[in-house]
Amino acid sequence: MILVYAEHDRGELDPVTLQAISAAKALDADVQAVVVGHGAKDVAAELAAFGAVSVHVGNHPELLDFTPRAHARAVNALVTANSPRAVIAGGTPRGNEVLGHLAAMRDEPFASECVSIELASGDTAEIVRARWGGNLLDEATVTSSLLIATVQAHAFAATSADAPLSVSEFDVELADGDVLVRVEDRVGSSAGGVGLAEAKVVVSGGRGMDGPDAFVMLEEIAGVIGGAVGCSRVVTSAGWRPHAEQVGQTGTKVAPDLYLACGISGATQHIAGCKSAKTLIAINTDSQAPIMGFADYMVVDNVHTFLPLFIEKLKAASN
Amino acid sequence: MDIAVCIKRVPLLGSAIVLTADNMAIDTSKVGFGLSPHEECAVEAAVKLVEENGGSVTLINIGHIDGEEQIREQMAIGADRAILIDTNGAEPDPQAAATALADAISSDDTNFDLVLMGSESADYGGSQTGIRVAHKLGLPVVTSVKGLKIDSGIATCERAVGSTREVYTVPLPAVITVKDGLNIPRYASVPGRMKARKKPVDIKQVSFAGSRITTKQLVVPVQEAKGATNLGTGAEAADALVEVMKQIGVLS
Ligand SMILES: Cc1cc2nc3c(=O)[nH]c(=O)nc-3n(C[C@H](O)[C@H](O)[C@H](O)COP(=O)(O)OP(=O)(O)OC[C@H]3O[C@@H](n4cnc5c(N)ncnc54)[C@H](O)[C@@H]3O)c2cc1C
Repeated sequence: MILVYAEHDRGELDPVTLQAISAAKALDADVQAVVVGHGAKDVAAELAAFGAVSVHVGNHPELLDFTPRAHARAVNALVTANSPRAVIAGGTPRGNEVLGHLAAMRDEPFASECVSIELASGDTAEIVRARWGGNLLDEATVTSSLLIATVQAHAFAATSADAPLSVSEFDVELADGDVLVRVEDRVGSSAGGVGLAEAKVVVSGGRGMDGPDAFVMLEEIAGVIGGAVGCSRVVTSAGWRPHAEQVGQTGTKVAPDLYLACGISGATQHIAGCKSAKTLIAINTDSQAPIMGFADYMVVDNVHTFLPLFIEKLKAASN
Repeated sequence: MDIAVCIKRVPLLGSAIVLTADNMAIDTSKVGFGLSPHEECAVEAAVKLVEENGGSVTLINIGHIDGEEQIREQMAIGADRAILIDTNGAEPDPQAAATALADAISSDDTNFDLVLMGSESADYGGSQTGIRVAHKLGLPVVTSVKGLKIDSGIATCERAVGSTREVYTVPLPAVITVKDGLNIPRYASVPGRMKARKKPVDIKQVSFAGSRITTKQLVVPVQEAKGATNLGTGAEAADALVEVMKQIGVLS
């Protein structure tokens, strides 16, 4: 049996959880899901529709909004009771956090961000995990009778596999301090306009923009075509733009139809955040810049002279 | 407020990752070393908290003895002292690293009010060492924090989720793992660098059992060269770019 930790936000299932279920299904037909917190029951039907043969809903009057250690406590109780071969979750901040707690509670290894999982004979599993934000793959063997792993977002396709809905509820037994750290409030972000992660077009600037002023041009382009402004880390660490706009390994990962990279060199850590773009266009004075190796189209020119020309034509074309 | 900040020395990759001949490690013969931006933000946050509230910042680094280089760099921006846990060249896995870090923290003469770490390391990206340290120390942990305020022994933490921020509060002592964007790390000043040379670094040795996750080989994913179409320069390229945007459907 494989247990999947189902991540949801107040009754809304995280899509990577469905990918985790499909990844688990490829290893064992007996995939069960565990889901905890307010709204947990609402997601049971969707979990079954993707193949969870049994959905365990953990209840406790104290467990409403996300409470990482308590969720791990609930998963841990099911692991002790049912001895699954593996516990798998989505490679999201929450999925990694809950399974991190689980691994710490049981002092087991934890393979995060896997892009491939195979259960081998005995206590071993062969995995491939992403390192360096996905720029390096690590082919490894995990030795444990309980594999604890998360799957990298989009590494596995979610495929529906109708299982009849079977829900069993259980009371979560909490330990001291399990509810100390939990979501207490949510505040809106200052970022208006189109969200970077979901944007269909990202107009991004790097050191080549030479300061915050030239970003007005990128805002203008984004405004005309309904996109979001992004940037490199050089830009955020200089304080030219807020960190919420940073694309890359330690910023936001984007997957737009178009990524327009202006004055960005294409360091591996930046590419980690934009390589899923359908089309990448780079504007750079240096035709040999590494970004050109990832680009579909390049304009070898100076952003300060080229962008004003381009904006003029863009505005004319969109009218 | 006495703060411990755990930092990890990692190679500073440029635009490509080069592996050693046996594909078991990154070839670091031609690259420099540094910290993840997450940890640079952790050190900056610690230094700022101590500037405002008094106290001390202790860096803790586990790994290669050459990690002293990264320690001195962070001392130059204001950390006071450091513990370097020398692994004799071996790379600890998250379980081994967390055990050694927690031992160093609990056996130190300072009673730390706060342990700051990066949310995940730049290289391994396991997202677990901070959580494991917290469990070993019996402390609460908040992860992936991008906003941090401390008032009367309570830390208020914000974590970005999509376009909103989740708010967590936690009483100190606690472990908090932070993300790039928490602040803008300052640059070291010349006097800062001078002072850093004389700050104390305690060196400990540690050995640990082999990991239960063993690498068979590392692979750099092949990236098919797209062979970018050159749109030229100037007005001609501006026209071509508008055309491309129409073709790919982002401009109607
Ligand atoms: C662990 C780690 C994590 C990191 N995470 C991230 C991350 O999330 N995101 C990120 O972006 N970086 C990240 N970095 C930093 C990264 O390594 C690079 O330093 C950074 O991406 C470089 O930004 P850049 O391309 O703007 O600047 P540069 O590398 O300096 O490139 C500037 C480019 O602009 C071009 N240029 C200059 N002037 C002009 C002009 N007038 N017109 C047109 N082109 C011009 C140049 O030819 C050059 O190619 C990380 C680093 C580490 C170590």
